Amino acid sequence: MNARQALFAAKKPALLALADGTVYRGTALGAEAVGTGEVCFNTSITGYQEILSDPSYAGQMVAMTYTQIGNVGTNAQDSESARPFLSGFIVKEAFQVPSNFRSEETLHDYLVRWEVPAIEGIDTRALVRRIRDEGAQMAVLSTDPAQQDPEALVELACKAQGLEGVDMVKRVTCEEPYEFSQGTWSGIAGQPTRAQVPEEKLKVVAYDFGVKRNILRLLVENGFEVTVVPATTPASDVLARKPDAVFLSNGPGDPAAVEGVLENVRTLANELPVFGICLGHQILGLALGGTTHKLKFGHHGGNQPGQDQFTKKVSICAENHGFAVDAESLRTAGEPVVITHLNLNDGTVEGLAHETKPIFSVQYHPEASPGPHDAGFFFTRFREMVLRHKQGEAVTGAQIANTAGNVADCSADCSENKGV
Amino acid sequence: MPKRNDIQSVLVFGSGPIIIGQACEFDYSGTQACRVLKEEGYRVILLNSNPATIMTDPETADATYIEPMTVEAASKIIDIERPDVILPTVGGQTALNLALALVDAGVLEKYGVQLIGAQVESINKAEDRELFAQAMGNIGLSVPRSGVARNVAEAREALANTHLPAIIRPSFTMGGTGGSIAYTDEEFDGLVQWALDQSPATECLIEQSILGWKEFELELMRDAADNVVVICSIENVDPMGVHTGDSITVAPAQTLTDKEYQVMRDAAVDIMREIGVDTGGSNVQFGINPEDGALVVIEMNPRVSRSSALASKATGFPIAKIAAKLAVGYTLDEIQNDITKETPASFEPSIDYVVTKIPRFTFEKFAGADDILTTQMKSVGEAMSIGRTFKESLQKALRSMETGTAGFEPLELPEGEEGLALLRKKVRDPRPARLHAVAEAFRRGFSIKEVFDLCKIDPWFLGNIREIIEAEACLVEASENERKEFLLRAKQMGFSDARLAALWNVNEAEVRDLRHKLDIRPVYKRVDTCAAEFEAFTPYMYSTYEQECEAAPTDRKKVMILGGGPNRIGQGIEFDYCCVHASFALAEAGYETIMVNCNPETVSTDYDTSDRLYFEPLTLEDVLEIAHIEKPDGVIVQFGGQTPLKLCLDLERAGVPIWGTTPDAIDRAEDRERFDDMLAKLELTKPESGLARSVEEAVAIAARIEYPILVRPSYVLGGRAMEIVQNEEGLRYYMQVAVNVSPEHPVLVDRFLSDATEVDVDAICDGKRVVIAGIMQHIEEAGVHSGDSACSLPPYDLPPSMIKEIGEASRKLALELGVCGLMNVQYAVKGDELYIIEVNPRASRTVPFVSKAIGRPLAKLASLVMSGKTLDELDYTQEIVPPHFSVKEAVLPFVKFPGVDTLLSPEMRSTGEVMGIDSDFGRAYAKSQIQAGNTLPLSGRILVSVKEEDHDRVAEAVKELTDNGFDIIATTGTAATFKALGIESELVAKVGQGHPNTVERINEGDVDLVINTVGADPRSVSDSSSIRRAALTQGIPYFTTAAAACAAVGGIRALQSESIGVRALQETHRRIGEDSN
Repeated sequence: MNARQALFAAKKPALLALADGTVYRGTALGAEAVGTGEVCFNTSITGYQEILSDPSYAGQMVAMTYTQIGNVGTNAQDSESARPFLSGFIVKEAFQVPSNFRSEETLHDYLVRWEVPAIEGIDTRALVRRIRDEGAQMAVLSTDPAQQDPEALVELACKAQGLEGVDMVKRVTCEEPYEFSQGTWSGIAGQPTRAQVPEEKLKVVAYDFGVKRNILRLLVENGFEVTVVPATTPASDVLARKPDAVFLSNGPGDPAAVEGVLENVRTLANELPVFGICLGHQILGLALGGTTHKLKFGHHGGNQPGQDQFTKKVSICAENHGFAVDAESLRTAGEPVVITHLNLNDGTVEGLAHETKPIFSVQYHPEASPGPHDAGFFFTRFREMVLRHKQGEAVTGAQIANTAGNVADCSADCSENKGV
Repeated sequence: MPKRNDIQSVLVFGSGPIIIGQACEFDYSGTQACRVLKEEGYRVILLNSNPATIMTDPETADATYIEPMTVEAASKIIDIERPDVILPTVGGQTALNLALALVDAGVLEKYGVQLIGAQVESINKAEDRELFAQAMGNIGLSVPRSGVARNVAEAREALANTHLPAIIRPSFTMGGTGGSIAYTDEEFDGLVQWALDQSPATECLIEQSILGWKEFELELMRDAADNVVVICSIENVDPMGVHTGDSITVAPAQTLTDKEYQVMRDAAVDIMREIGVDTGGSNVQFGINPEDGALVVIEMNPRVSRSSALASKATGFPIAKIAAKLAVGYTLDEIQNDITKETPASFEPSIDYVVTKIPRFTFEKFAGADDILTTQMKSVGEAMSIGRTFKESLQKALRSMETGTAGFEPLELPEGEEGLALLRKKVRDPRPARLHAVAEAFRRGFSIKEVFDLCKIDPWFLGNIREIIEAEACLVEASENERKEFLLRAKQMGFSDARLAALWNVNEAEVRDLRHKLDIRPVYKRVDTCAAEFEAFTPYMYSTYEQECEAAPTDRKKVMILGGGPNRIGQGIEFDYCCVHASFALAEAGYETIMVNCNPETVSTDYDTSDRLYFEPLTLEDVLEIAHIEKPDGVIVQFGGQTPLKLCLDLERAGVPIWGTTPDAIDRAEDRERFDDMLAKLELTKPESGLARSVEEAVAIAARIEYPILVRPSYVLGGRAMEIVQNEEGLRYYMQVAVNVSPEHPVLVDRFLSDATEVDVDAICDGKRVVIAGIMQHIEEAGVHSGDSACSLPPYDLPPSMIKEIGEASRKLALELGVCGLMNVQYAVKGDELYIIEVNPRASRTVPFVSKAIGRPLAKLASLVMSGKTLDELDYTQEIVPPHFSVKEAVLPFVKFPGVDTLLSPEMRSTGEVMGIDSDFGRAYAKSQIQAGNTLPLSGRILVSVKEEDHDRVAEAVKELTDNGFDIIATTGTAATFKALGIESELVAKVGQGHPNTVERINEGDVDLVINTVGADPRSVSDSSSIRRAALTQGIPYFTTAAAACAAVGGIRALQSESIGVRALQETHRRIGEDSN
């Protein structure tokens, strides 16, 4: 391709049509296809490959707020699942000369390989502001030259079913149980010293609602033998494996719509220590009698302030969720649950712990990937809880969460849920 | 944790004069800190010797001390003010070093004063190379292999471990002063010695070279509850080996995967905790091996730094302001994010644009200086730009530089292989404007790999530059129709109208017209810390070519202020000070204020200085577009120095309303022929002169007005290329080689008034009334650039009749020009004759100094005058002659430029200034010398080597000292005259005329003061330059003019009678008020 073609000649057009009728014209990137999904934006500057391969984005398209995407290409180590599940990808500029010692494939080639349509060259900031002000909405992204009629695409977007009430988990969960034993990325020379993997192994069964590999890797790093099971695996099958604990994974979509999981979770929660992340946290909230609601545009990024309600310490968190557990619903359900973490931007619930059972959960992503490692302590806490439970102690999630030994005071903060 | 109630008063240290490596970013951070502390209800006491700062405005702190930043003066201030705590982390290395010195001297213990923000132990851990390496080892991090040396022998030992090339880094210096890279065995010892000399601890590090590795920086903040956040990541375009201050840098980091970035973040957080920075901002620098990602820690600054200012401007997160709040006990989650209003400061900014910073150099002013960039910072300023993509951001940054570049212009190179070899060298060697060579290489078909192998700039940056060059090729070939088709895309890539005009061989106005006809105009996006996740309430904007515009201009009465762009010698912080004052005054008067500037170091580019901030290049194109969207009622061009002034005629032609003195009046003062007509009309005299458009014309003029003459190109600032020429041979050389005269670039030829006294006047005029703000008599005689000369307000030895005449002349000039606002006039007084040297109908470099000397905010008053107020209405109608003396002294950067002669000349080379205030001239002068680092000895040995014309004058002065505790050593001629005048002196050999010679005596530490003046002939200048250089490197006070030497003697005598006193500026101003009542 000569310079003129690359820079100025008419490129393959692409179109992004929102259900509210807004249309963005850009150029095509990735696969030639038409994708339909809810548009959300992610404010992470780094980590587009992890985002692309995060199963939690099933049913969604992601607009990256940072403008230079594709800089470091893609590689085999940084994928969070076997393949991307999202339905479209939106960037300002995907520069085609990646530079990184680990780069193996350009972003464009990766998107083509996994059949993800993408658009570049649009005013992504205008799009983000629209979503922020009007809320998340359905959209259609077309890189198919034959399907570039804006009106037709808007109509398609209007007709598309949103995330609410749809069980997205069944689209992403594994079909058969499997063992997982891979540790985290080995890293680079000169990095800070890492903790040793504990000798004493513990057995955990991880429900795959769309699990990110880095969660499993961190469980391994914390001395767990991990068995991953499909989302609707009966509690009895899990118990038959005689695990020391159960893990509820992250995943896509509306927690209230996931079928065939709540009863299993309730059963297991009476028997074993449980730790849930993201969708797993929401499912746990529902299983404990709470309700969930959809946020206006969710939290998607690696810079969110999550505050520990006992110590008041703030972790900078990787977040990716469009739904949240209602703080009030848990109180009225009468289940002895404390809210352990809040998002300081909007006061939404970010963490729960049970006061009589070895159960806790977190809305954000302590496994990061992408994002800061500030909240990695959740995995060591999980290990501690499981170990103490295994040794016969009547340990509770709240005891584990309350490192300060305080009474959690969050009555003021969480009454106003600005995210609604 | 809420704020501390156990403290009532805070002493804040500023950073002193602007020097290379420590510029006005510390005025920005210091001002933010003072304001916050005051708002929190603390009594704020400030020490800073730099008058040209917003920080030292009497309103910024409760008690402001413009006094020497020494243990002696600081102790006196502590004794008077009894502060509870000292905040030393917002005033750069100067503040940190002063705090450490006070601890060492036991002063803090004596008065029970605590340090806040950083403790001694952590400062030492971060600054002491050995302790730092140990600390990094404790947390498993790597640093380059190294060894600490306190002498050359130890350095040799260390070298055995690190090998050549080796990086030499002195401890406890700022901007890497004294640092270097040794490539050969031969140069090693000398470079080590130099580093040891520059280090206050006589210590340096010999370090393994990781030249060519990628360099990154993270800006972090930590609070007392151990919450740590990363504010910004920065990637250097220039790889390791170039000081980060001299590197082109980009935010955020571009070439790290999330995995690698998070490892770096973890390392930085661990470092923060290990070093133990209690609260506040820090900066950590890393090197990354491009081959395998290996990480090494380069250094850490446990304080607000130059990079913090950049990071603040790049993200909208006000690091210094937050650091000050954290220092008094708040935690991050308790502090609100100003921009979003709803969310807390305990988060990490996310940005949706690319920021590029390019340093600005002035090597052309330092003949003999090597312009290769190393680990010692040499740039004097920087411009920052914001674009949605790197290509746009980079091209905007290029035109922000005001170095005459509008983009990647082609390089002129010799034909054939010779040219290619030169090009390869230019790509390989890090020098200013290297990227133009990189671009040229792509223009000539080099591959990314070939260019990378030469310069080690990351291929991602190279790929983007190549794309710009490919686009240029395509634009050049474009047909008329294609031009229209490509224009939007070209603008999105950051091409300026001027660069497109060059590519299309049309003029800039044609490109602009075409663009406007096609309705291709920029939109403005907001810098909001959060990538639009939350609504932004602060209108901090940048331009880009996108769909949606967020400018949302108001329909208020509004005024736009054009800033000064990147700092350079001759145009620096003084002009930013004026712009900020204009903004404050006009906001108070009810106007909406709109600031336009591209200098990230400044107070003017703080998002809360003005109602609206456009972080944009100050080119005609960019300013016109902002004027188009904002439609201001007035634009102020006279405060930002030459940068906005250059635009004023074009702006006026485009229908933009210019406030203040008319562009025509400005032209009348600048155009030599119109100026001469005016002087004739007013019956004022100027030195005989002429305007030469060719060499022969110049020779003829010189013959008419007689040598020596002063020659300079017209339209210059800071004495660029100004020289005194003694004869025809010198003139011919100058005209042909130095300035390349042509009809378009004429040269001014003035008679040079030898031994005349120069006088500077700042005045303010509302068109009807003129008030003389200050008459400043220079210490150094005419021939030394006014910016490099010390001066005294009021004059210290001008007769009253002459002072009156100067006042009258200034009034006539202001009224004749119809000045509306500020005016500066430079005079020379020779005998009873008064000569006009030049008139500048704009704010001058001395405005902040005069404002502080007389206690009136001149720039504020002038901006109100420009808005239509009369001086009567402003109650400023009388000249104020204060009852004390204020001496301004220039601070020169010679120490950064080995091999450059330190002799003062008509070429301005100072980077900053200090101010000494005291009841008499001698003491005020002495203070100014201490502040400038020229600490006057009270006894000891003076080396005198002066030209014949100065013998008598210097002898008279020196005699006073020989009677009071000083010995003299002198070179032959000087010694003979002294003997004849009855002054005993010991003879010392000139260099090359025996041993021990002058330089040897200086280097042996045998001399406490050097007085060295030299005649005009090049031989005696070069013969004696080693004396001046030796004095400089040994840190011995030296004077190179008889006038300054005499003033210094007066200062020494004053100090001998009584040590320096300190007084708050507020008290000084109160006394002016009393005096005039």
